[in-house]
Amino acid sequence: MKYIAFHLMPYADLDLSYTDTYDSAWVTLPNSYYDPVKGHALYNRYIDELEYADQLGFDGVGVNEHHQNAYGLMPTPGVIAGALARRTKGTIAVLGRALPLVNNPLVIAEEFSMIDNITGGRLIAGFVRGIGAEYHSWNMNPAFSHERFGEAHDLIVRAWTETGPFHWRSKHYDFRYVNTWPRPYQQPHPPIWIPSQGSRETIVWAAAAERKYTYLQTYSPVSAVKRFLDLYREEAQKAGYTAAPEQLGWMTPVFVGETDASAREEAKPHIEAFANKFLRMKSEMTRPPGYLSLASAKAVLEAKAGRGAVHTVDSLMESGQFICGSAATVRDRLAEYERTLGLGNFLALLQFGTLPHEATMRNIERFAKDVIPQLRARQPMVPA
Amino acid sequence: MTTATTSATRTTIEVEGAQVSVLRGGSGPPLLFLHGSDAFGDWQPFMDELAGRFEVIVPDHPGFGRSSTPPWLDTIGDLAHFYRAFIETLGLRDVVLAGHSLGGWIGCELALRDTRDLHALVLVDSAGLPLTVDGVDTFMCSPDEIRAASYADAKRAPVLDEESLANQAKNALMTARVGWRPRFYDPQLAKWLHRLRVPTLVVWGETDAIFPPQQAAVFAAAIGGAQTLMIPGAGHLPHVEQPRAFAAGVLAFIDGVRK
Repeated sequence: MKYIAFHLMPYADLDLSYTDTYDSAWVTLPNSYYDPVKGHALYNRYIDELEYADQLGFDGVGVNEHHQNAYGLMPTPGVIAGALARRTKGTIAVLGRALPLVNNPLVIAEEFSMIDNITGGRLIAGFVRGIGAEYHSWNMNPAFSHERFGEAHDLIVRAWTETGPFHWRSKHYDFRYVNTWPRPYQQPHPPIWIPSQGSRETIVWAAAAERKYTYLQTYSPVSAVKRFLDLYREEAQKAGYTAAPEQLGWMTPVFVGETDASAREEAKPHIEAFANKFLRMKSEMTRPPGYLSLASAKAVLEAKAGRGAVHTVDSLMESGQFICGSAATVRDRLAEYERTLGLGNFLALLQFGTLPHEATMRNIERFAKDVIPQLRARQPMVPA
Repeated sequence: MTTATTSATRTTIEVEGAQVSVLRGGSGPPLLFLHGSDAFGDWQPFMDELAGRFEVIVPDHPGFGRSSTPPWLDTIGDLAHFYRAFIETLGLRDVVLAGHSLGGWIGCELALRDTRDLHALVLVDSAGLPLTVDGVDTFMCSPDEIRAASYADAKRAPVLDEESLANQAKNALMTARVGWRPRFYDPQLAKWLHRLRVPTLVVWGETDAIFPPQQAAVFAAAIGGAQTLMIPGAGHLPHVEQPRAFAAGVLAFIDGVRK
């Protein structure tokens, strides 16, 4: 299994009492809650944390894109990837850029090519649709999200793999001269990963024989992760091949403490802030009409059941959305998930919510020293 | 709620490859009513009030309610072209074209393209022009919140039958598809609405929280020569909330046009 230290770069200094006045940390929370002096410190602190993870032997580091919220401060993740490029050695996974949100997908082809060139081919290129709230924040029509995602993907891959200039015409995009400079360092193009919350259309699309893209299930109960990864494997079989573990991944928060009890105690306020304050959204914000097909909406609703409820450290550990405990406990859980879920990639969110710098650094260190090497030393597991 | 006296029928017809569910009742010249973001389940009291003078024709738009979703449906302009074909297929002449909200927007787009078969246009709390005062963002609302925002008195909201409830997600999806961005307007319409060459009545619910009532004057000014009718005790759905006042206003306007 590959281990990537993933970061959301939240506004960890958020005044959590915002919920007395506002109903979400997304879209409508006034940006007067953001202090740029604190933001300056946070960005640099977070980059330090990812560089530390890279130094300690993670296979890579991961960042992503979110807009207009306190949950994740990376509207342009390429900026962070660029900042990480020179002082890291491992993979840089940008998971990912939200294709339907931009009017010119070629800016993403260019940005990813730049990172791939600077790093000499250490980029994993993630493509996402963006979460529902971002269709409110950017006023992009959610009912065209799937169409635009498909077209933008096809355009970017063609721009990476075909000699330009060529004329691109599709329903949503028309570019007379497609001729991307720089071309990507990795040939024919960087590995493409598809993170999702479990949209059926996305899973079926990623698993198709002509793509075989790595599918990454984001923060969800283990039962849902299993269901969606199984769907990917079933689709692969239908397409005439067997999905390899490297094609499957999962991202979830992790905290490694001294003991099970102390880990739970230390993580509790921060993971509860993550789930109840930073991820606080009403369903109309998360799922604007058309963002999911009518069929898919039903499946995701079931998978995310209870997301509107108040979460506790115990409920999150119980559902498997939060892996927390001593190094031995975390190792056992991950070994079990690797076996039962057939995972080839694990993305550990080692800073979450309000978790402070020192605790994050200890978490990274314990995961790198007391979890990864021991798991790597085992015989490879056969998926159940 | 008044008791329905007209016997209405619901049939499905095919126009431009779409299977369109159409409610019809009454007799007289045609009054084609284009619904807003939600299709009607049953025959409504306001339809009954108009059915003594008109054959009232109420289709579910393609992509909404009981109608099928054709592959060509992306914009309000598509629906305007569709309704030209619909009028032609049914052989309608001298149509009173009434449209509520999204349906009013379709009516404007249609009337700018072709007024040959139109007698008059009635716009009810219409979409189509940019709001000068933002209203409630219904895309951010739960079904209950939308209900509360739609009526001056939410107690007047009819109880939705099961089929209407099941259609809500379908209606919301198609409403977003045609109306999300720009939000419920077309910049071209503002430029060219003054070219409308059909007698027009602009109706507005006095307490509309979704498209605030200031918008009535915006439409009246854009169209020029349009009459305006503000309906007290009504929000975004004056035809549903005040069916008698609505129908009386429409009939008085049509009488004026006939003279």
